[in-house]
Amino acid sequence: MIDGVRLLPLTLLGALLGADVVSFPQAMLSRPIVAATLGGALAGNVAAGLLTGAVLEMLAMETLPVGASRYPEWGSASLVGGALAGSPAVMRPGAIVVGVFVGIATAWAGSWSMYALRRLNGVWAERALPAMETGSRRAVMGLQLRGLTADLLRGAMLTLIALLVWTPVSDYVLAQWTVGRAASHSVLAALAAGVAGGAIWRQSHGAAGSKWYLLGGAVLGVFLLVVT
Amino acid sequence: MITPDRAPTAIAPPLSWSARVAVFTRMFAVQGSWNYELMLGPGIAFCAEPALRELPGGPDGPAYHQALAREARYFNAHPYLAAVAIGALVRAELEGRPAPQIERFRIAMCGPLGSLGDRLVWAGWLPFCSLVALLAFGLHASPIVVVILFLVLYNVGHIALRAWGVATGWRSGLRVAASLGTPLLQRGPKYLARAVLFLAGLALPLAIARVIGRRGLEITSHDWQIALPAAALLAIGLAALLVRLPARVEGWRAALVVLAVLILTSIAR
Repeated sequence: MIDGVRLLPLTLLGALLGADVVSFPQAMLSRPIVAATLGGALAGNVAAGLLTGAVLEMLAMETLPVGASRYPEWGSASLVGGALAGSPAVMRPGAIVVGVFVGIATAWAGSWSMYALRRLNGVWAERALPAMETGSRRAVMGLQLRGLTADLLRGAMLTLIALLVWTPVSDYVLAQWTVGRAASHSVLAALAAGVAGGAIWRQSHGAAGSKWYLLGGAVLGVFLLVVT
Repeated sequence: MITPDRAPTAIAPPLSWSARVAVFTRMFAVQGSWNYELMLGPGIAFCAEPALRELPGGPDGPAYHQALAREARYFNAHPYLAAVAIGALVRAELEGRPAPQIERFRIAMCGPLGSLGDRLVWAGWLPFCSLVALLAFGLHASPIVVVILFLVLYNVGHIALRAWGVATGWRSGLRVAASLGTPLLQRGPKYLARAVLFLAGLALPLAIARVIGRRGLEITSHDWQIALPAAALLAIGLAALLVRLPARVEGWRAALVVLAVLILTSIAR
């Protein structure tokens, strides 16, 4: 359960992480492995946040934040997913599944909010165009600061709405949860690693000897798995 | 149009340290007003503005206003490598280069700075750093180690690339295209692709194992022996399927559907 006291810091952090995706400073604080861990830490269970973040990070490897394309907004979304997964102090079966599901669903909604913001920035830019054509410093600075502020507000609103909508749903689902941890986490791991593996192969298989690099890494990975 | 009052030289014109610092700092917000019409254009003007104040006549002079208007027009590039264009454009403006020459440069730089940045950063450096973090996660590093390792590693490359970009642009001016042929930029994506593949093979099995959770007795040994190979086989099958499907079929959307079914099944039982 996310209480009112935690809602404010989560919303403020959601604003910063939402802005980091595109506007400022693009330091990848918004990557799921960071954002969900922070969400878990703020909610009281950092380990659950990290676990949620690792799964979301693997899924996010498929979506490159390339220019004009519409891609999921993982920053605020992962914070919400990590916070919901970490909200019970003791990790309950199903908590990570619900956290990851909420993270993906919110990231999808976030992609539409970014699209809307870009359209809004376009409207503002069109209005500022006559002044910018005269070299108005005020017009350039105003447009930039308006865009940055709007993106912060977008991230904050997305985080707040997602927390308000998903918290009761999450509580209900976790109270009814029946599938065992091994089964539910196996599904999560398979989905995440499958999506990440497919995405990496699509992006990088053009390199000479690519399958041997992948295979070499896998042999070492399995070896480490056996010995550790 | 600005009338050049100084002939272009091989030596960069003087630029105060405060302007250099302001330009560099503002580059972190270059996409602050990103939109489909002008894309990065207003952001380029926003970043270049502190340096343009040093044009003859200062911030109230016609040279400043004309240069700022030019820099606010349409421009597109990778946000980190836009630093190269910003450095070069600031120098060109301070040298008093003719407006058509600056306009041609802006048009010519959009494509190379976009595609090079996408290959080097989004398809190379970012997945590399993500996989290093997942490897640390798979090796049971603590949350703080995983997060700090990722952020420090990624941002060393990120900030270095921006700093190199603006310095190279400033040093070379409108001849900066030759600097994009540097071996690091040309061969970097290839080397990174190999490293990413190796790291994927290494990190993903360990990450799967930690997600399923053997340590801390989260699940029984018997369950573990069934769950891990099953998850690994499913992951390999899913990856092979996604590679064969058209690129528009995205795995994260499929994951959303599968998890919805899992949740509904769990609460309906």
